[in-house]
Amino acid sequence: MSFFSRLKERLLKSSSKIDEGVDALMESGDEGPVDAIAETPGTAASTETARSAESAEPQPGLASRMLGAVTGRSPAVEKQRVLDDEMLEELEELLISTDLGVDTATRIAANIAEGRFGRRVGGSEIKRVLADEVARVLEPVAKPLPLYAKKPQVVLVVGVNGSGKTTTIGKIASQLKGAGKSVMIAAGDTFRAAAVEQLSVWGERAGVPVFKLPQGSDPASLAFDALAKAQEDGADVLLIDTAGRLQNRQDLMEELAKIVRVIRKRDETAPHNTLLVLDATTGQNAISQVEVFRKIADVTGLVMTKLDGTARGGVLVALADKVGLPIHAIGVGEGIEDLQPFDPAEFAKALTGSTD
Amino acid sequence: MFEALSDRLSGVFDKLTKQGALTEADVQAALREVRTALLEADVALPVARDFIGRVKSQAVGAAVLKSVTPGQMVIKIVHDELKTTLAGEGDADEGPKLKIDSPPAPVMMVGLQGSGKTTTTAKLAKRLKERDGKKILMASLDTNRPAAMEQLQILGAQVGVDTLPIVPGQTPVQIAKRAKQQASLGGYDVYMLDTAGRLHVNEELMAEVEAVRDEAKPHETLLVVDSLTGQDAVNVAKEFNERVGVSGVVLTRMDGDGRGGAALSMRAVTGKPIKFVGVGEKIDQLEEFHAERVAGRILGMGDIVTLVEKAAETMEREAAERQAKRMMKGRFDMNDLRQQLEQMMKLGGMSGVMGMLPGMGKLTKQLEGANMDDKVLKRQVAIIQSMTKDERRKPELLQASRKKRIAAGSGVEVPEVNKLIKMHRQMQDMMKKMGKMGKKGLMRGGLAQMLGGKGGLGPSGPMPGQAPGQMPGQAPVAPPGGFPGLPGAAPGLPPNLPGGLSGLGKKK
Repeated sequence: MSFFSRLKERLLKSSSKIDEGVDALMESGDEGPVDAIAETPGTAASTETARSAESAEPQPGLASRMLGAVTGRSPAVEKQRVLDDEMLEELEELLISTDLGVDTATRIAANIAEGRFGRRVGGSEIKRVLADEVARVLEPVAKPLPLYAKKPQVVLVVGVNGSGKTTTIGKIASQLKGAGKSVMIAAGDTFRAAAVEQLSVWGERAGVPVFKLPQGSDPASLAFDALAKAQEDGADVLLIDTAGRLQNRQDLMEELAKIVRVIRKRDETAPHNTLLVLDATTGQNAISQVEVFRKIADVTGLVMTKLDGTARGGVLVALADKVGLPIHAIGVGEGIEDLQPFDPAEFAKALTGSTD
Repeated sequence: MFEALSDRLSGVFDKLTKQGALTEADVQAALREVRTALLEADVALPVARDFIGRVKSQAVGAAVLKSVTPGQMVIKIVHDELKTTLAGEGDADEGPKLKIDSPPAPVMMVGLQGSGKTTTTAKLAKRLKERDGKKILMASLDTNRPAAMEQLQILGAQVGVDTLPIVPGQTPVQIAKRAKQQASLGGYDVYMLDTAGRLHVNEELMAEVEAVRDEAKPHETLLVVDSLTGQDAVNVAKEFNERVGVSGVVLTRMDGDGRGGAALSMRAVTGKPIKFVGVGEKIDQLEEFHAERVAGRILGMGDIVTLVEKAAETMEREAAERQAKRMMKGRFDMNDLRQQLEQMMKLGGMSGVMGMLPGMGKLTKQLEGANMDDKVLKRQVAIIQSMTKDERRKPELLQASRKKRIAAGSGVEVPEVNKLIKMHRQMQDMMKKMGKMGKKGLMRGGLAQMLGGKGGLGPSGPMPGQAPGQMPGQAPVAPPGGFPGLPGAAPGLPPNLPGGLSGLGKKK
């Protein structure tokens, strides 16, 4: 069972924000200002019935419904609502609540409103259009990690602390190994306690050699030595782990720049890929992470981890919209196989809770 | 931290304070921008919405819009609400105290993967050991992540705190039991349980942490949250609080580049206080969390609100106006200097004023290093008080013998008296220059407006936005060390500081 179907199932069951949010939005429209309804004569009757159904049990606000326990609502007839300014704003907020960011949320909401403003729309329509819109933004950036003929292909993995770099490397190594590549890992996080041990365990699981130096060694010289060893051994791919660093830490970013410089002394074309690992729970800070890491380390692609939580990783949409770096893969669990290719249509559907 | 949010907000407030009168629409527009700023800073949507709602209900009333300084009032309301959001109501003094009095007190750390639990555990252990003199035992219950236990063990060795020996193959509950045993046998005051990172939706792991909680009955359960977290922070906090029961929050990575909206969301969602913040990778970089200071920092105004309130309280308006007029004419004698020094002291002295100035936070530490303490102010007032009335009015009377007498009278050495006289002379020169420059000079936006006419509580108005811009402008006028009360007492300070400070002095 793929992650997306699992995710979708869960979304449909209970915890989807947008899905549920859109439904809530439809209903809140009935409680909305009368003038909005008055604008569309002829639908008053249906509104009336909807309202009487509503009034039987007062509904909590949109926010509390989005966040609070979900009551088993099963609308027999789909609610409709006039797409007006107020609804547009609520739609925007809904998108913002998935970390899409204000700019991107506004743009997408505006795109949806185009041609539909003032019309009555249903929840499923909104969800479908939303999913299409999101998928359209994501389509150009969904690219798998490119593999080159160059041996060894050097892949540098960077990111802030705790984003899941080491785990991601373990998963990539295992998958490449499974594809018949000879892989080597360089345990470049020489700062954090037991990071090297952690990677060694992953190496064992994947059946891949791990190049290591004691904790506290210079990560740049480690990368250099690891590359030399990989060249010597004729490895296809060398994965270099790095210590987590916050992008506003000048000194640590300088250290990263040095790693890149030193690798290039050994192989001018390296690193062939620089992956930035992002945590799905991260908010708008991810944008600054991408910008800074890109400037310093020439990031070529993104991996998003921890998508198995309630975080939808909406910031990826903002990133695709603003930066346009390729998104290679997503992490959906702690198991070695829980790294999957990024599928924009599925992602968009999961994000928006669209069913078709 | 909070730079991004801070920048955005100060832009909004700038616009607000520049307008004299405010309409309801102005306030609405400004609040809309504040809302966007909050959302961009990853403040959870419901929290942001709620926040704006509360500010709006207070800010659009006639009392605010008709007041002399509506812009200021709105900022004050935002500030107060920010503080409430961060601190919760009522229990402001709860502070970062942990309930760990009855040994052995269990403390449990919970959170998502990669939020920084293990590092925080070690930091907190070090803090409790060194500041509170507690004997601590740390135990890692992380049986999932490879080498997690080793990580805590290594950190334990680094900070000199004991860790529970690793026994492979035990379940978290078994480890917790063992930790409890060891803690009571070994006479430990506190034992800390570092649980595995888990997603709040992972049923199995949440059940596991519940089992650990039931076993250990922790006195404190601290939720460790990455301050870079986005909108999902509310789900995480809520779920953990409901399932496990959280007693406090630790925010990590507050040294990140300043959005930290999670900080604002946490309190509102869990109702639990933020106790500590992690501000760096080094093992001692854990700070207590003070809502008030953080609110000030977010608004980028230091604690300007307090400064304004204090200034209004302590300065007698008429006296200040009279003084301003005298200064405009270039008259500035020892009596005026004394008044200034005394006002400085009333405002809480050097460090008090500096701490409350926007953008001065970083300099405060340097100031401490530069030995600019309030004793200097006191001593200088004492020197002036040892002068005769004539001498105070006409400082040029001061000759060697008079200086000796004054020094003896105030208990200082003659060079100190000389310093004061020199400082006075420099300030007097400056006053004269400014008098000639007339309205274009420093006094504009300074004292006259600050306390006169419709200015009301004016000084904070120009400050957040304009103060940085003004300082360079003042620099050429103000000789280095021209700050009243501190002639050349600022070695090693950034060049713009003396200029800025002298401006500050004169504004009073």
